[in-house]
Amino acid sequence: MDITIIKPILPEIVMAALACVVLILELFIHKKETIGVFAILAVAAVSYVIPQSFGSAFNGMFISDGYSVFFKFIFFINLILAVLISIRYLKIERSEFGEYYSLMMFATLGMMIMASATDLIVLYLGLELMALSTYILAGFIRHDRRSNEAALKYFFLGAFSSAILLYGITMIYALTGTTNILAIASQLQGKMTTQLILAIVFLVVAFGFKIALAPFHMWTPDVYEGAPTSITAFMSVGPKAAAFAALGRVFTTGLIDFAPDWRGILIALSILTMAVGNILAIQQSNIKRMLAYSSIAHAGYAVIGVIAGGAEGLSAMMNYLFIYAFMNIGAFAVVIMLRVEGVKGEELEHYRGLAKTHPLAAVLMLIFMFSLTGIPPTGGFIGKFYLFKAAVGAGYAWLAVVAVVFSVISAYFYLRVVMYMYMHEPEGEPAALATSTPLGLALLITTIMVIVLGVYPSPFLAFARLAIG
Amino acid sequence: MVEFFFGFFAIMILFCSVMVVMSRNAIHSVLWMLVMFFHVAGVYLMLNAEFLAATQIIVYAGAILVLFLFVIMLLNLREEMNIEQLIDGWPAGLSLAVAMLVVLILALGSFSVKPWGQWSIEVVEKTTQTKALGKVLYTEYLLPFEIASLVLLVAIIGAVVLAKKKLKS
Repeated sequence: MDITIIKPILPEIVMAALACVVLILELFIHKKETIGVFAILAVAAVSYVIPQSFGSAFNGMFISDGYSVFFKFIFFINLILAVLISIRYLKIERSEFGEYYSLMMFATLGMMIMASATDLIVLYLGLELMALSTYILAGFIRHDRRSNEAALKYFFLGAFSSAILLYGITMIYALTGTTNILAIASQLQGKMTTQLILAIVFLVVAFGFKIALAPFHMWTPDVYEGAPTSITAFMSVGPKAAAFAALGRVFTTGLIDFAPDWRGILIALSILTMAVGNILAIQQSNIKRMLAYSSIAHAGYAVIGVIAGGAEGLSAMMNYLFIYAFMNIGAFAVVIMLRVEGVKGEELEHYRGLAKTHPLAAVLMLIFMFSLTGIPPTGGFIGKFYLFKAAVGAGYAWLAVVAVVFSVISAYFYLRVVMYMYMHEPEGEPAALATSTPLGLALLITTIMVIVLGVYPSPFLAFARLAIG
Repeated sequence: MVEFFFGFFAIMILFCSVMVVMSRNAIHSVLWMLVMFFHVAGVYLMLNAEFLAATQIIVYAGAILVLFLFVIMLLNLREEMNIEQLIDGWPAGLSLAVAMLVVLILALGSFSVKPWGQWSIEVVEKTTQTKALGKVLYTEYLLPFEIASLVLLVAIIGAVVLAKKKLKS
């Protein structure tokens, strides 16, 4: 048999095989953190085969190109960091099961397939694999009612959005006779029909759901609040990035001829998303809920990259998601640190006077909050800068101005956390911290990356540009 | 003749679907769904898709609905049967559905009937659908097929993790 024909999909095959191995290991290994370490090693193995994977396979259903590889690295970072912050947390939540790690790997596999799919059926199945794994992970703390609620809500609404995606795909198939994203463009020949508008709307709704664009964001706060915090961190970055990868691929290759049509829809959604995310975040007193609204807002910014389009816009969007992975998981890592036996540590009140009791944790949170706001010299600033630059370059200067205005609004709720930590006196018992080596490692990686990306971003920017080609 | 049967199946599917939503008794809902599945199978048969028709009956009507019935009987929904209105927001849902229907009808005009690719109706009729489907599924669509198996694996893991695992106290 000729092995070279499956080369493009080799990383996915390795990931699937190792996820099954991790699943079996759960039987024999009683110290579950070992399984977590194994999951990280699996990522290393998968990254090792990635450089040889470039090419297309399965009759052009699957492609491994710079675009998909860049996204795969975001997924790997997401997986590694999420595993690191989970290890101690799962013990505290008394939900230490080995399947947790293998489900995370399966979810990552689904994301990889989504990023690489050049066929709508493969795309849908990748999305379903990712979604199904995250539904289960969201409900992983079985004895917690909020976790159950999160899983159920996510599952129902997710199933609904999958159906809408399928509806969109069938319409495109009815129009073109193909599900291949590249062939769609040549079959449609730029002819606009009512049905195509409907198909585009359905696709926007389905991807918008996964990205959490307003008005399809309703599930986000409840699910993010109820899910285990480590999983909230995981799904606020990975599935979002995967849906962005799919959105970028479908809209800027298959439906590029209809850019003026979908651009209008995306602009409206982007502004609405930034407004809803940033304004509703202000009222939140629960930090997980606040970060949920913040993640909605950030999706609104990142969509600007797709709207701007071209190499400039897409690479800005990819960079933004790359930076977002570090700063967002970093912030969640601090939130997880405050979760100790008997104390949820999710309320803003818990951060009162943190700078006095735990100065290091406070400094880290300060860095992540600054980065999420977009204050230099952090990575968040660079991400936003290139995103808005791409928007201006594509002739959407006004949209960039709107986004800047909303960024300023966002400073209120991000900096409020800082204010609670630094300007308030600690009350009552000093809060305890649940630190551990893996969590420390995750915080170290995220902090260094957030600062490095802010001070010296050029290698990473060049990487994204190279990936677009 | 074909039009007559199609019309019959279409009307029955619509009627049964409405009854599924309207029935107060959950068991009646499931049974209406069973009738609907049989009619969907009928539509498949008219499209020369005998394999799909058989799977529809075996998998949906046979396996999934029986599961539904078991679950509903275990739940004991006597009190729910007396609730006047299960969902408050139904007028909004109905108007949304009607709006959607209008849009879809408007879009119907841009559908065009053309034979696509190598699997035209004649070819499928000659090779039989079961054989054609098998061929396509294990060659051209091998990758989606394999991914679907992973989706099922994850579903099984999920069922075990969420339902079967003992909680640590």
